Amino acid sequence: MKFTRRDFLITAIKGALVTTLPMGAVRLLSPSEVRASIKETNVRWGFLIDTRKCVGCGFCVKACKNENEIPYDVPVTRTWVERYIVLKDGEQLIDSPMGARDGFTGQRVRERDVDPKDIAKAFFVPKLCNQCEKPPCVQVCPVGATYQTPDGVILVDRSWCIGCGYCIMACPYGVRFFHPVHRVADKCTFCYHRIHKGMNPACVDACPFGARRLGNLKDPNDFVTKTILSKRVGVLKDEYGTKPMAYYIGLDENVR
Amino acid sequence: MKSHVLRPLWVVISFVVLALIIRHFIVPSDFGIHEKGFTYGYYRKSNEDEWKAFKVKYQTKEYCKECHEDKYEENMSSKHGIIQCENCHGPAIDHPENPEKLAIDRGRKLCLRCHAYLPYPTSNRAEIKGINSSEHNPDTGCSMCHDPHQPDIEG
Repeated sequence: MKFTRRDFLITAIKGALVTTLPMGAVRLLSPSEVRASIKETNVRWGFLIDTRKCVGCGFCVKACKNENEIPYDVPVTRTWVERYIVLKDGEQLIDSPMGARDGFTGQRVRERDVDPKDIAKAFFVPKLCNQCEKPPCVQVCPVGATYQTPDGVILVDRSWCIGCGYCIMACPYGVRFFHPVHRVADKCTFCYHRIHKGMNPACVDACPFGARRLGNLKDPNDFVTKTILSKRVGVLKDEYGTKPMAYYIGLDENVR
Repeated sequence: MKSHVLRPLWVVISFVVLALIIRHFIVPSDFGIHEKGFTYGYYRKSNEDEWKAFKVKYQTKEYCKECHEDKYEENMSSKHGIIQCENCHGPAIDHPENPEKLAIDRGRKLCLRCHAYLPYPTSNRAEIKGINSSEHNPDTGCSMCHDPHQPDIEG
């Protein structure tokens, strides 16, 4: 068979088309499509706590315990409020009776009467799970019962947890506890069931003073994201490298 | 081929195969490595939906407004408008079906959460009007004199 110039050109064009077409198909994908194909979400939940606004009423703790069915009279809680009193001689008094479930209604601290004249500074600090970007509690789980969701929340699989308590030990912030009814590890979920319906976590709704806020850290127009990017904020125990996602305004050096 | 080495080897192999078969039936199909990789994302995927299906109990003010708009308007015009109805009235859950009536907390302790005087200069607490509970009409309910919906008006 004779291979003419015409045959050569047709074969060359066909070959070029065959090799370039799949390349073109790849290049047509936009970055967002690529992100969608590897199932990366555009949501990363984060928390902002303004300690200057907190008055220690404890409505957040009450709401959290009721919402998440945490036994009310057992001293375990997913969120709590700490009272810090720094005296003029440098002594620190820190308490959180029953996690401040009933608020702070008296001046007695740890069975001790404090003279108001001796107080240098006193304030309240709400605490909850930091939903760390690098959570040590997840790394230590031997059975894969606790995990990080694609939108950054750390959850516990109650049917999978064996209750060994490693994660409770591993958390530098002490936010995990052993659930006395379900007999598994338990922790703050940012009210995962509420935030997926477009609601706020129960503690955020319950706070009358706006001291707690939830936001999407991947949305640059979100109030929380804008505040974190433009105001002076701090995180707890930064030195552990856990990259906590609960940011604090007005954090004091005495807060651990 | 007969050998004293191969025979136990077959036993070991059969045990491994048996274990893999049992594992296949016990471990759920959606258990494995997900978006966050092996270190943080090794879990049963359907557990996410189990958490999403958890029952919502606190329905917020907008839910109360649907039926009790008069009380809502009255409350929103006062300083106590920043407080959720359910903070004092208890979680609505599926009210009015379940529960039919909410258990209202009328105790002094509820008001004292904010209005017990605490001399804390660097906290917002100092900005709130506070009382000393043991001196300010200790045996009376707060709502005898103060209207919790509109505290500006003394009833």
